[in-house]
Amino acid sequence: MKDDKKTILPDASGHFGPFGGRYVPETLMFALLELEREYNRLKKNSQFQKDLKTLLSDYAGRPTPLYHAQRLSQALGGRVKIYLKREDLAHTGAHKINNTLGQTLLAKHIGKKRIIAETGAGQHGVATATTAALFGFSCDVYMGVEDMERQKLNVFRMELLGARVIPVTSGSQTLKDATNEAMRDWMANVDHTHYIIGSVVGPHPFPMMVRDFQSVIGRETRVQIMKKEGRLPDHLVACVGGGSNSIGLFHPFYEDRSVKFHGVEAGGFGISTGKHAASIAKGEIGVFHGSKSFVLQTRDGQIVPAHSVSAGLDYPGVGPEHSYYQNTGRAEYVNITDKEALEACKLLAETEGIIPALEPAHAFAYLPRLIPNLKKDSLVVVCLSGRGDKDVFTLQKHLGGKNNE
Amino acid sequence: MNRIDALFAQKRKEGKTALLLYVTAGFPDLKTTEALIPVLEKAGADLIEIGVPFSDPIADGPTIQKASSLSLKAGATLKKIIDTIRALRRKTQVPLLLFSSYNPVLKYDPEKLIRDASGAGVDGILLPDLPPEEADRVIALCERARISHVFLIAPTTPPDRAEKIVKESSGFIYYVSTKGVTGARDKLDRSISAHVAQLRKLTDKPICVGFGISKPEHAKSLKGKVAGIVVGSALIREIEAGKTREDRLERAAQFTRNLARALE
Repeated sequence: MKDDKKTILPDASGHFGPFGGRYVPETLMFALLELEREYNRLKKNSQFQKDLKTLLSDYAGRPTPLYHAQRLSQALGGRVKIYLKREDLAHTGAHKINNTLGQTLLAKHIGKKRIIAETGAGQHGVATATTAALFGFSCDVYMGVEDMERQKLNVFRMELLGARVIPVTSGSQTLKDATNEAMRDWMANVDHTHYIIGSVVGPHPFPMMVRDFQSVIGRETRVQIMKKEGRLPDHLVACVGGGSNSIGLFHPFYEDRSVKFHGVEAGGFGISTGKHAASIAKGEIGVFHGSKSFVLQTRDGQIVPAHSVSAGLDYPGVGPEHSYYQNTGRAEYVNITDKEALEACKLLAETEGIIPALEPAHAFAYLPRLIPNLKKDSLVVVCLSGRGDKDVFTLQKHLGGKNNE
Repeated sequence: MNRIDALFAQKRKEGKTALLLYVTAGFPDLKTTEALIPVLEKAGADLIEIGVPFSDPIADGPTIQKASSLSLKAGATLKKIIDTIRALRRKTQVPLLLFSSYNPVLKYDPEKLIRDASGAGVDGILLPDLPPEEADRVIALCERARISHVFLIAPTTPPDRAEKIVKESSGFIYYVSTKGVTGARDKLDRSISAHVAQLRKLTDKPICVGFGISKPEHAKSLKGKVAGIVVGSALIREIEAGKTREDRLERAAQFTRNLARALE
């Protein structure tokens, strides 16, 4: 399918082709319609945009650098130039802050003083707790008990920031169940509560709004690469769970057809094992968490819990815009196993002195497969969506250490 | 006229409020569901909502979530539920409304589902996470199969939107009495009567009220004010409390009789 260059995505009712939309109980419709109306108004409000820009620069530390990773480029054959978009250097250590600053500012404008969120790895929860503290709002974060165990440090960080972490014991006790609980809370408290969803998933307008807030990643990259190289990049590589850092990087280049997009899903133990989080590779069209997209599900339409070593990618759905990119061929989606991702952490640590989070480690792990097929001197930008501090225990467990055996 | 329309026409003539009961199909197993529905009818239920279990229901509270998850563990699927309904239709003519999150229906294929369900004896369908904006195809399929398509209206639904929803809804309008999830509550929201009165101005279709209704007192307070009341979680708790199948059926029957008496 050829895309019309003028296509504005999503359409007025939140559809990306056959994907997206708004599949929620009626109790939530009013909140979503109100949110959409307010967001569309604020998007054009110069004061809102100015305030957001100031927060992103003075508080979150943007723009984040676009760094030429020379030793990594050499280690991978020296044929192409690899740049890292350093979202790991943003405040709180990941790209999640771009979205939570935007949405918390929005909550302030629409007069909602209680913030709720779901979190898997805890990065979105920490970013939400951070911006809620900054605005003086109360904040409740839903987190599966299994994830709380895996990410103890982030639980403590959220509590330190004044948020209440609510353990979720339903279902598989991970991100999908935390999202269910957050939606249920929002249904009951919609008058005074804003729900900050952490990725480009959920009912319209969330996939659009989160994408817009995360697009700062791609917009900065464009300016930075033009300055350094005088031309657009050839390839963009980013990990995809729900898919917010990848959409943030890709979307501003949507109409630049020479720029190829590569989304890297979590292959877990391998996508033939059934234990993975590769919704695009192995999912089927379904309605999950309020929108239509590719979903890991059984023959009977029940959602299958995902698996990934990285809690941030451990989600059985994916944003509707990614499903659309897949269907139209605008992006290619591949997957990387837990083991490959863990090895890639080591590679980046040893060549560049950077320990990436396990999520973007999936993007780095794809480079050895991608690069041999690229033209010499290609420009490759990888989104380094977060730093690896939160994952050092997992890394230690899997990779060991010389003084640790 | 399908069984749902006939029910409300009859109740209107008698000036009575109908008792609608929600059961999670397959909880604790489909054999119990098959035995339960004629028992509920005999005890005074006027319509049964057959809940299809889903792994990730957004609108359900803990009671129905738990029942759904146990039902799935026991092996319930949409196909088996339809087979159960087909078997039930040999025993009972009580109106049956299939109540399901949209994904199992989408996966089954809406066209096939509505054909199979109506063929098995389902009289209507309610998909709580499929708002009218996304429901064109399902509405058309239901009309072709002559089954009702019921939509929800919430306390947060603005008047102009409510006007559209009452037009799209057939069989009855389901007014959700509280802002949160399903589940028994101690007290009913005081705004129910006012909201129902507002809706009355928009339509003369039957308006039923559900979410949070659990006791005979609740039933009594709504008697005569609405076309029907829906009770779900409180019934499921009774079933859950039973030790054997007979015990479960007896508890459910007693619970239903108490509610039905309150509506007399």
